[in-house]
Amino acid sequence: MPNSLFGPLDPAPDAGWQDAPDRKGFLTDTSVCIGCKACEVACKEWNQLPEDGLDLLGSSFDNSKSLGASTWRQVKFIEQPGRADDTVLGRQPVDLGMPGLRPNDASLPGALDAAPAADGKPDFRWLMSSDVCKHCTHAGCLDVCPTGSLFRTEFGTVVVQDEICNGCGYCVAACPFGVIERRPGSKGEVTNAGVAQKCTLCYDRIGAGQTPACAQACPTESIQFGDVTELRERGRARVATLHEQGYTSARMYGDDPRDGVGGTGAMFLLLDEPEVYGLPPDPVVTTKDLADIFRKGGVGGLTLLVGVALSFLGGRR
Amino acid sequence: MGASFGRGGATNYVQDLANSDCIVIQGSNMAEAHPVAFQYVVEAKRRGATVIHVDPRFSRTSALAHRHVGIRAGSDIVFLGAIINAILSKDLHFEEYVRAYTNGPVILREDFQDVDELDGVFSGYDPETASYDNDTWMYADIGDGTEESQASKQERAAGDEHGSGGPTLPSAHRVRRDESMQDPRCVFQVLKRHYARYTPEVVEQTCGISREDFDYVVQAMTRNSGRERTTAFCYAVGWTQHSVGAQYIRTACIIQLLLGNVGRPGGGVMALRGHASIQGSTDIPTLFNLLPGYLPMPKAGVHESLKDYLGTISTHDQKGFWTKADTYTVSLLKAWWGEAATADNDWCYDYLPRLTGDHGTYRTTMDMIDGKVEGYFLLGQNPAVASAHGRLQRDGLANLKWLVVRDLRLIESATFWHDSPEIESGERSPETIGTEVFFFPAASHVEKAGTFTQTQRMLQWREQAVLPPGDAQSELDFFHEVGVRLRRRLAGSTDQRDRPLLDLTWDYPVDEHGEVDGEAVLMEINGRYLTGDKAGQPLPLFTEMQADGSTEGGCWIYTGVFKDGVNQANRRKPRFDQDETALEWGWCWPANRRILYNRASADPEGRPWSERKKHLWWDAEAGRWAGPDVPDFPADRDPAYRPPEGATGPAAIAGDDPFIMQADGKGWLFAPKGLLDGPLPSHYEPQEGRVRNPFYSQQASPTRKVYERPDNLTAPSRGRPPEDEVAREHPGVYPFVFTTYRLTEHHTAGGMSRWLPYLAELQPEMFCEVSPELAAERGLEHLGWATLVSPRSAIETRVLVTSRMKPLTVDGRTFHQIGLPYHWATGGTGAVVSGDSANDLMGVTLDPNVLIQESKVGACDIRPGRRPRGPELLELVDSYRRRSGVTEETGNELRSGVDADHVEQERETKVKERDDSGADVKGASEVGHDDKNGDR
Amino acid sequence: MTNPAQQETREGLWPDEPRDRGPRKARRGSGVFGVRRFAGNGRGEESMVPEAEFTSYYGRPIVKPAPWSDEIPAYLFVGGLAAGSSLLAAGADLADLPGLRRQSRWTALGSIGLATYFLVADLGRPERFLNMLRMVKLTSPMSVGSWILAGYGPLAGVAAVAELAGPVEEVLPQTLKPAARLLGRAGRPAGLGAAFFAPPLAAYTAVLLGNTATPAWHSAYKELPMVFAGSAAAAAAGAAMIAAPHEQAWPAGRLAVGGALWELGSAQVMEHSMGLSAELLHEGEAGRWWTASKALTLGGAALSLVAGRRGKPAAAVAGAALLAGSVCTRFAIFRAGIASAKDPKYTVVPQRARLDRGERTLG
Ligand SMILES: Nc1nc2c(c(=O)[nH]1)N[C@H]1C(S)=C(S)[C@@H](COP(=O)(O)OP(=O)(O)OC[C@H]3O[C@@H](n4cnc5c(=O)[nH]c(N)nc54)[C@H](O)[C@@H]3O)O[C@H]1N2
Ligand SMILES: Nc1nc2c(c(=O)[nH]1)N[C@H]1C(S)=C(S)[C@@H](COP(=O)(O)OP(=O)(O)OC[C@H]3O[C@@H](n4cnc5c(=O)[nH]c(N)nc54)[C@H](O)[C@@H]3O)O[C@H]1N2
Ligand code: SF4
Ligand code: SF4
Ligand code: SF4
Ligand code: SF4
Ligand code: SF4
Ligand SMILES: [Mo]
Repeated sequence: MPNSLFGPLDPAPDAGWQDAPDRKGFLTDTSVCIGCKACEVACKEWNQLPEDGLDLLGSSFDNSKSLGASTWRQVKFIEQPGRADDTVLGRQPVDLGMPGLRPNDASLPGALDAAPAADGKPDFRWLMSSDVCKHCTHAGCLDVCPTGSLFRTEFGTVVVQDEICNGCGYCVAACPFGVIERRPGSKGEVTNAGVAQKCTLCYDRIGAGQTPACAQACPTESIQFGDVTELRERGRARVATLHEQGYTSARMYGDDPRDGVGGTGAMFLLLDEPEVYGLPPDPVVTTKDLADIFRKGGVGGLTLLVGVALSFLGGRR
Repeated sequence: MGASFGRGGATNYVQDLANSDCIVIQGSNMAEAHPVAFQYVVEAKRRGATVIHVDPRFSRTSALAHRHVGIRAGSDIVFLGAIINAILSKDLHFEEYVRAYTNGPVILREDFQDVDELDGVFSGYDPETASYDNDTWMYADIGDGTEESQASKQERAAGDEHGSGGPTLPSAHRVRRDESMQDPRCVFQVLKRHYARYTPEVVEQTCGISREDFDYVVQAMTRNSGRERTTAFCYAVGWTQHSVGAQYIRTACIIQLLLGNVGRPGGGVMALRGHASIQGSTDIPTLFNLLPGYLPMPKAGVHESLKDYLGTISTHDQKGFWTKADTYTVSLLKAWWGEAATADNDWCYDYLPRLTGDHGTYRTTMDMIDGKVEGYFLLGQNPAVASAHGRLQRDGLANLKWLVVRDLRLIESATFWHDSPEIESGERSPETIGTEVFFFPAASHVEKAGTFTQTQRMLQWREQAVLPPGDAQSELDFFHEVGVRLRRRLAGSTDQRDRPLLDLTWDYPVDEHGEVDGEAVLMEINGRYLTGDKAGQPLPLFTEMQADGSTEGGCWIYTGVFKDGVNQANRRKPRFDQDETALEWGWCWPANRRILYNRASADPEGRPWSERKKHLWWDAEAGRWAGPDVPDFPADRDPAYRPPEGATGPAAIAGDDPFIMQADGKGWLFAPKGLLDGPLPSHYEPQEGRVRNPFYSQQASPTRKVYERPDNLTAPSRGRPPEDEVAREHPGVYPFVFTTYRLTEHHTAGGMSRWLPYLAELQPEMFCEVSPELAAERGLEHLGWATLVSPRSAIETRVLVTSRMKPLTVDGRTFHQIGLPYHWATGGTGAVVSGDSANDLMGVTLDPNVLIQESKVGACDIRPGRRPRGPELLELVDSYRRRSGVTEETGNELRSGVDADHVEQERETKVKERDDSGADVKGASEVGHDDKNGDR
Repeated sequence: MTNPAQQETREGLWPDEPRDRGPRKARRGSGVFGVRRFAGNGRGEESMVPEAEFTSYYGRPIVKPAPWSDEIPAYLFVGGLAAGSSLLAAGADLADLPGLRRQSRWTALGSIGLATYFLVADLGRPERFLNMLRMVKLTSPMSVGSWILAGYGPLAGVAAVAELAGPVEEVLPQTLKPAARLLGRAGRPAGLGAAFFAPPLAAYTAVLLGNTATPAWHSAYKELPMVFAGSAAAAAAGAAMIAAPHEQAWPAGRLAVGGALWELGSAQVMEHSMGLSAELLHEGEAGRWWTASKALTLGGAALSLVAGRRGKPAAAVAGAALLAGSVCTRFAIFRAGIASAKDPKYTVVPQRARLDRGERTLG
């Protein structure tokens, strides 16, 4: 199957979709996340995911542990003593689509300026962020799937076909973000037990012109759904705004189509290093090296052939 | 708020928060408990507003605020009072607004005495009844005119009545004023003097708030108020659940009036109400002391006749719409008893039951224990878990003959007879509980149609999404059926006492499933014309109501919700198709007004205070008030209008009286009436405060409601305890304060979250939040177990050690607060997760105005390890009680004595405290409380 | 236990000042296969990223370990054994060593049978095993491997069964004898065919592991096929030294020594390539397997050298050591991979080091 393994590209046409719609994805703006987990619950509710363990983990308010077969959105909480409060928002009005928005008067100086400068800096910061499958441009999970269960949709997203997956688990090891997982449990009791599962970017909903359940539920519009190119611009603009306000730790994650996975469909605006949020700082799709890997494999196989041949060479002495 | 502005509801709508320049969230964990409303805070922040969170804990709300100000629970009046002081001493108030729209210029009586003069009480305090005679609080030159004593009002929590209108005040428009506000007896000057002692230094000592933080808040608020800018306050139960809760809110109201933030976009005081329709359940009340629309429930001996009754609600000799209370009352009675209600029988006024005293939920629970109550209906409530003092609640339930529980789940209040903590401890057993429990499955909100009235007084109609499963029934259906059956039983009875039931209008149409049509009920609530050519048509507005029996209406403030025969609550016009005020989205009482008192958004002449904060203005050409909102004012009243001599009621509202529900048309900085615990908010420590009152020897509120019973013990005060021998001896037995709150992931007592795996897994276990410092001091380990002991009980929780809890420095010493979510409980059938209940630690002390329990502050000790089981648990609790020496009297003396020796005693106290806190661990191990008894 | 915040402070996870993340001078290690070095493996290499200084989310893994149980390393072993055996059998066939040929073909069939069982058993949905053959997918080494297996398996089977053609023919009735003869004649082409598939069969498993985000595996991808090839050779040789007639097993003796040395040599290089995650081959369970593997393989090879002179029993012991050594190799690699996925250090540190050197991966 022809497939481009690396570099910037638009994945849906690359996968053979003709007249593919604009690529869809998320911008998760963690600077406005209130950690309400509505996204997590909405996802579970919509996708009928099984309960995923009842353990108190002591990791701030995160008791979901990690993204996995039965947790497709995970809200992460990071308590940072000794860090000045940085989780501050920009000034540009964003229409939340609800009643009550008054035309913004840009001529007025921001009220922040009127507030006194903080002499004694607040010394505590609580970061919250809703993590999800990245819907990579170059998706390791999809590349390695032997059955074709994982496929690229017309929206450029990556989706598992539950009926086809045979649970080989290869995708699990291939995802550089640790997202996809084989669902544990026995077949009779748990739906899709033994099958790899992850966020579908609500394929069923967006196919019907709706917003993904998680984005729909998010009260603060921390999760924004839309066209990837537009979201990318929006995210970068917001980072610029935050920087202007002095919040220099704001940065985009996954927005660069030249990065190791060709950019992600689900992008994040973070307020600290990616690894603080449990994200790899420089993820690379494993199949970037595929040609070389195969080459080295070929060499390995040949050495075996040669080795055996050599041991017969010259006959018995 | 009723006493300050004239109505008890949030002044603005949540979407309007986006228009704020500064938002102070205090007494609420808004992001966690009101995430959807919080989006407008986020929105305001995006637009440049400053957001401040004042809370004992750093919560998800704090995470999004520009600044979190850590405060000692129960000290808010000190903090807010100091803000008032800062405003007044630096002349930062909005002078024009204050002069025109508040009672600041009004002169008070000569004989009014403030707390400073009387060591912690206002003039009129009667130590016998622990209540006030408020004659001296009155404006100069006018009398009181009611006969009911404050003590009696307290019994029936009369403070609740001001949900839709301020208290009565005869001749209120003839008050004496000093427009310069310089007269020493004018409200403004009294206010200034009252708060003069509330200094930043006291804030630092008493609240644990630094000077820097205090200045930040004052500056943020004052710079963001005035003509161009507005500041909003948001509060919820972090303020209300205190023995002086109503006064916390009053303090914020005063600040907002001084800064001119009421009636204006982006301003106001946002009460964030709790349950989906909790606003609705006070509008059309589930409270014992109210009738719909905040009409009081008649009281035996006070409200014998309709005339007596109406006389106490309002006098005809005052301003505003309360003067029409007769029309509201008669229309209500007509709605209930229809044809049977006639002028001759006082519109069946005598069919209304009469109150004989306090029938509040806590009183009733105690009455159950005392054998005075036989049967009980519990609907949509889980007192065994959610009400303060869990054991008291369960003891009450266990002492009934019968109990009906209607709920979605088999909650703890239905299963207490076989799985409560008292069963575990061996004090009770199913065999010894005689209560017969009838459980009825209830239809949930998606399984029935109806309205919610939420925080901003907005009614929103909800369609039925699915049919209720199995036998589940809606409340409407259930009670309709109960009514039908009772009436069938009594049919033909000639007994006079059955008349109220038999005469009821009980003829609602039913649909194909036999369900009563909810819209028909809403229509009855809206009201109709009964006679004339409009007979049968819905009333468009409450002003159409008549006292002559020609109209009916079930709740006057809701009149208009069925205007033009259209269910206005069911309007969902997208915001894109209307302006930003979105008047066609749902329906707000009163009369679909979105910002209350919006007359105040314009200056006395009717011009907007500023272009930026324009909301309502006088259109002189049209002779009407114009703007995007429904005027909360007579629509055609000229700003220059001055009522003629002798005018009363609506006609007496002057063109610059924005507070149309107030007897004098003004916002009340000083409340001459309406509050049972003082005309001005004054700081009192909580019942179990651990700090002495910095202002006077009166430690806690002298009018708080205490219940002196052996099953409701209070920890000895750790503050200034000259009145309390015991406290002096053992102040350190319960050294810490705990506060209770919600998590986004759970709902109240857990009936709607602990049973659901998707929510339960997000917060699977009961925990306490402690600071690293406290953890180190007490040897608590992150994720380990802790046992908390109060004078009522002991519970165990997992431990979260987090820097989000910060010890404060109060009165020179380190002050620890412990955070406890209150969503868990043991028992209940089918719950996915369970744990010990925070409310088992709580005692019962109430605010006198509204009888809300003080569940935000309690005293306790905390120790590592699990709690003992069985009788050993009781032994542990007992050992603490013995050591602290509590008796039923402890902490319950209402007027703290003035004791000259207290300074010396205090010094001793401090020494003993140290000894006690070191000694207690030993004491408890005597009863074998340790981990090995702890497995479950 | 301390609270997470304290823990993290202790580990220096939340430094007061943001760390300097400016691009540093690019620096590459040198050596065979472009070895890159990372600090933190505690073996004296130049420190670029102090070991303690990496940030994680409560120490939780970033990548997920493959959800595979011991069946997979067992599969790696028997797959290699089969491949090596088929090659040995083909050699023996051509060199006319029927004893060695027979034994090797049977070993190959037995191994590949077991391999298939292990593979299927480890699927989440074993009943959907055949979905592996829904498509040919070159980006998926597992797909490629499935087709290799599909090609190899029947051929190895026919070759092995053909060994029975002779004896069976004798007991068959006259009419069926031609069929048996036909089977006998199919032995050679089938055996050669299996041998054709054998090198890819031995190597694709290394490709499969290398083509993952599992740090230890991916970082080893360059040499892992050599290690696996050596291990397969040693294992097949070991099996022959045990089970083939001693006098015909001389090629196995040579293969044993060659394979073992090749395995050990490439492993040495591989450890350099792996950088930080190589340390996992020296600690914990993977470390124990790895040490055992080296000892057994080295010992087996040494014994093989002298076994020619010492006779069958010594050869059998050497063979057993080599087989065991191969098992240990596979388990060591497998375990190291799983461990590297479970500890975020192996994901974060190399990636962070890359960024610090200004080598952000760009396409
Ligand atoms: N997810 C969720 N949402 C809910 C509910 C729920 O159970 N779950 N319940 C609903 C209901 S019924 C209600 S009433 C509302 C309640 O809404 P909130 O009042 O916002 O909820 P609480 O968590 O009780 O918040 C009280 C806050 O006040 C703080 N606090 C305690 N004492 C003091 C004090 O003395 N001074 C100050 N300034 N702060 C103090 C606490 O630390 C806590 O952060 O929430 C509603 N929304
Ligand atoms: N310590 C402490 N205690 C508190 C508070 C606190 O902050 N701290 N907060 C207090 C506050 S503000 C509140 S509001 C109370 C809440 O206290 P409660 O109201 O006693 O507790 P809930 O769990 O909300 O109980 C509501 C029940 O109604 C059921 N239910 C839901 N829908 C329906 C329906 O349509 N019909 C019927 N019949 N049942 C239904 C649910 O299953 C649930 O069991 O708790 C109070 N207690
Ligand atoms: S994040 Fe992982 S699971 Fe999601 S598309 Fe990328 S590789 Fe696949
Ligand atoms: S587990 Fe399923 S989805 Fe994942 S690679 Fe295997 S077949 Fe594909
Ligand atoms: S897009 Fe859909 S499937 Fe993905 S996380 Fe959101 S709700 Fe879940
Ligand atoms: S719903 Fe939105 S605000 Fe809430 S946790 Fe998810 S991303 Fe954050
Ligand atoms: S649960 Fe309902 S009331 Fe509470 S925040 Fe969500 S939408 Fe609002
Ligand atoms: Mo509430």
